[in-house]
Amino acid sequence: MNWGSASEFFAMGGYGLYVWGSFGVTAAALLIETLLVRKRFGDTRRLLRRELAADRESQD
Amino acid sequence: MSQPLINWFKFASPASFYPLAGKLWPWFAALAAALTAAGLWISFFVAPTDFQQGEGYRIIFIHVPASWMSMFIYCVMAFWSAIGIGFNTRLSGMMSAALAPTGALFAFLSLWTGALWGKPMWGAWWVWDARLTSELILLFLYLGYIALTAAIDDPRRADKAGAIVSLVGVVNVPIIYFSVKWWNTLHQGASVSMTKAPTMAATMLWGMLLMALAFWMYSIAVALYRVRSIILERERHATWVAELPEMQR
Repeated sequence: MNWGSASEFFAMGGYGLYVWGSFGVTAAALLIETLLVRKRFGDTRRLLRRELAADRESQD
Repeated sequence: MSQPLINWFKFASPASFYPLAGKLWPWFAALAAALTAAGLWISFFVAPTDFQQGEGYRIIFIHVPASWMSMFIYCVMAFWSAIGIGFNTRLSGMMSAALAPTGALFAFLSLWTGALWGKPMWGAWWVWDARLTSELILLFLYLGYIALTAAIDDPRRADKAGAIVSLVGVVNVPIIYFSVKWWNTLHQGASVSMTKAPTMAATMLWGMLLMALAFWMYSIAVALYRVRSIILERERHATWVAELPEMQR
């Protein structure tokens, strides 16, 4: 174990800004990408369902 | 003629790849989550403090894997582009298109974490060094691919144009990789080599490899998820799309 306390862990031996700036932005970027691909799939599915429903109605 | 064990061309059709991708992505996502947890644990709690760079070196655990992924994803895009041009398969263009945003993201993260590492160790966020500059060109190649394919309305023509960009741009990948050997750079040499024993502590190496595997699984999961949207968008008028269970009332 490298750390005596939580504050030591967050300080990263004086490199806190650089280490957490790297890990934080990476985590945020991957999370946002995940949310965006999910949103894209949901939007596409909703749009296609609406189109298909309109097609069925016009055929009836 | 004997039957092959797996008919690869079956999955070259979007109609059969769509459900396959839907079945596969959760497994890759689960693997990515487990590997990230293990990798982060080693990165922060097992790997020792570096005797030269103190705790600042821990950026390596995402910087190197992100850089590897940015180069590897570009190679995979070039591979699908070559298949697309050679066999005229529709799915390959969709695979390239699904990979490009994730590759661009990793190229950006490589530069971002590199800047945050360069500042405390070199005293500069950015230098026009061969390694850094060629990685920046890789980011521009990704952005160029995305912009070009988005600007062409006909998806098949967009795929062809994008395929040319990725096949021409792939020469940049070995340039990035060997830049630290070919030129006198500020950037350090390769951290892991196929021919030499690793020069770093075993736990540091394990942390890096686990994070690299985690990013790899993440990329596969996201690309499979994204390609499903792309398939639906492009095949929207096909009968099989209308018959999908998720499209019913």
